[in-house]
Amino acid sequence: MFSHLDTKSLIFGRLDLGAFPLHEPILVATFIAVALGGIVVVGALTYFRLWGYLWKEWFTSVDHKKIGIMYVVLALVMLMRGFADAVMMRTQQAIAFGGNEGFLPPHHYDQVFTAHGVIMIFFMAMPFVTGLMNFVVPLQIGARDVSFPFLNNFSFWMTAAGAVLIMISLFVGEFARTGWLAYPPLSGADYSPGVGVDYYIWGLQVAGVGTTLSGINLVATIIKMRAPGMTMMKMPVFTWTSFCTNILIVATFPILTATLALLSLDRYVGTNFFTNDLGGNPMMYVNLIWIWGHPEVYILILPAFGIFSEIVATFCGKRLFGYASMVYATVVITILSYLVWLHHFFTMGSGASVNAFFGITTMIISIPTGAKVFNWLFTMYRGRIRFEVPMLWTIGFMVTFVIGGMTGVMLAVPPADFVLHNSLFLIAHFHNVIIGGVVFGVLAGFNYWFPKAFGFKLDPFWGKMSFWFWLIGFYFAFMPLYVLGLMGVTRRVSQFEDPSLQIWFIIAAFGAFLIALGIASFIIQLIVSFIKREELRDVTGDPWDGRTLEWSTSSPPPDYNFAFTPVIHDHDSWYDMKRRGYTRPLEGYRPIHMPKNTGTGVILAGLSVALGFALIWYIWWLAALSFAGIILVSIAHTFNYKRDFYIPAEEVVATENARTQLLMKKA
Amino acid sequence: MTTHITHEEDAHHAHHGHSHGHEAGHGSMKSYMTGFILSVILTAVPFWLVMGDVFQSKAVTVALIMAFAVVQIIVHMIYFLHMNSRSEGGWTLLALIFTIVLVVIALSGSLWVMHHLNANMMPVSPDMMRNAP
Repeated sequence: MFSHLDTKSLIFGRLDLGAFPLHEPILVATFIAVALGGIVVVGALTYFRLWGYLWKEWFTSVDHKKIGIMYVVLALVMLMRGFADAVMMRTQQAIAFGGNEGFLPPHHYDQVFTAHGVIMIFFMAMPFVTGLMNFVVPLQIGARDVSFPFLNNFSFWMTAAGAVLIMISLFVGEFARTGWLAYPPLSGADYSPGVGVDYYIWGLQVAGVGTTLSGINLVATIIKMRAPGMTMMKMPVFTWTSFCTNILIVATFPILTATLALLSLDRYVGTNFFTNDLGGNPMMYVNLIWIWGHPEVYILILPAFGIFSEIVATFCGKRLFGYASMVYATVVITILSYLVWLHHFFTMGSGASVNAFFGITTMIISIPTGAKVFNWLFTMYRGRIRFEVPMLWTIGFMVTFVIGGMTGVMLAVPPADFVLHNSLFLIAHFHNVIIGGVVFGVLAGFNYWFPKAFGFKLDPFWGKMSFWFWLIGFYFAFMPLYVLGLMGVTRRVSQFEDPSLQIWFIIAAFGAFLIALGIASFIIQLIVSFIKREELRDVTGDPWDGRTLEWSTSSPPPDYNFAFTPVIHDHDSWYDMKRRGYTRPLEGYRPIHMPKNTGTGVILAGLSVALGFALIWYIWWLAALSFAGIILVSIAHTFNYKRDFYIPAEEVVATENARTQLLMKKA
Repeated sequence: MTTHITHEEDAHHAHHGHSHGHEAGHGSMKSYMTGFILSVILTAVPFWLVMGDVFQSKAVTVALIMAFAVVQIIVHMIYFLHMNSRSEGGWTLLALIFTIVLVVIALSGSLWVMHHLNANMMPVSPDMMRNAP
């Protein structure tokens, strides 16, 4: 590490001109495109004088709604990046046959599949579900914000900082070539001496701080800030699944942090936790990372289950079938998710007794999940179903997810896993549950809650286009991989010899093309909806005839969410209020106590990017400086006593009267 | 800092920007002193066990130290963290049980898994190399 100390390496560490991938035409073209796009965006923001607005109203905001929206924006941006990687892989595998090397050399291909996995899980799916939870949960429980509003802002910016580090790796240096979990010994210093794995480690560590803190925040919010009368068993199902998800986050992310910290010690100071020799054991890394990794799967899918539960009840016009069983299923999944991790490495050699135990626990965990599917089906049974876009996603999910779940049970049988492990069958399985479950879920939630966030619905035509392209594209893209996997084709291969396999890869690439059309339709949907926003406007705040509290306030909700804290008598509390002839109180408003915006989160996250970058490139002076900066800013922030203010009663009156006017005009 | 849902927010509290949870007790001088004295005893005894070579068998000493450590944890939780079955409406106890369950699963599971992996995958240590027939 300190082998050759000269001036250049003192200043720049191991960063030099060779780190910039000028010899890679794909990366150069991407860089030019990103740079041009960036210049246009920055130019437009400057021209329209939006910087001040963005800084004051968004970046420094501690409003859970705005932070939620920023999370979702981050997720959508990263979806584009991760999907671009997916398209490159599909294209490469479709053409690289019989001596044709394709357009991605192996060392680049390896970075692409690693980046795809890391980005899609940590920087697409995680921010998306966190964003939806952030936006919806306080509204659903009748709170004015989360428990720790500043912490919320800080969490978001740490997640964004991790994403920034991963994006920097595209143009400065390289990314890991290890697969998304960076198993040693491949990710150790001997086999991955470059900066790739370090980008991976610090990107995840920085983002992990944000994820953990956000988990603590939402757990505290759900336990402490429910409106009067909302007992645990009267909480909306989405709040329940969010609660369990955040418990999982708080309980498991420290394991990821510790495991990655041990890996960094191996790489930076030459310890031997996970090395092949000197007492190290790489299998321990695999064991530890999956103790985090399997609950992580449920961290992603539980909120999606919650979203579908809300949507099914709303669009069938019925109370959710089996509310209590839904809650118990969620809690059981939360506990059981800690008892199955070994099924990710059946083939590592634990032997029959261990494999049998974890195979059986894995099959058991499908029981509560199956119970949920039946609850949704029974909710639909004899319901008055409205086939709007969120409901379409839900039905698409139910069909797709059950197929994915069944292939999962196949993989849970250890002898079958010995045949199927590491093959494209596995790839097809987990895309089947992650796309069919999580992605469909967040897109359903996006369509469902968009009117709440912005005050107008999304265009249904392009929403349906997006749905059908995604759904059909998904089957075209991943069913061939099941076939290939059963034929024994392994994952993470960039070139093939057997020409008879090619047709399946071409079908899969066609599927990816259809999904691309789905994503394009989604973007068109956003643009068209924005243009037609007056037509799609919803002044009632309750466009879907909703059942939970978030629909009782205006769309978009005022900063303070609820002028009066609602009192809960039943679950589906807004439906209950409507049924009992609830009328909005029109007077008696009081000043409302609210938290104040602060820029500390942005500053700390910016310093964390500098710290991460410095550690990746061995620029020790910068690392020391930015670390000292983080400590100082954190201490300074504790002396900031101006953290709250009152929204004056007149302002509340003005806001609420404006809403009354709108509602009267409608009626 | 907590955003309050009650409207009758007293200005004094708001000025400091935080409020205390009223359910969690802060403990009295007496309870802190009890905790402190118990902790000292529970630390001094293991220290004496080691320094005074009280037992011949190392295993007995280690087992006793572990036992004292567990009691020490419980003392800290009761007297310093003010945990009981009622604090925060029972959530603290529930969180504790959940944490213990998870830690036990993770530790015992890892030991079990790694033991089997080691037994089955036969790692060859330098020692075994030297003693190989």
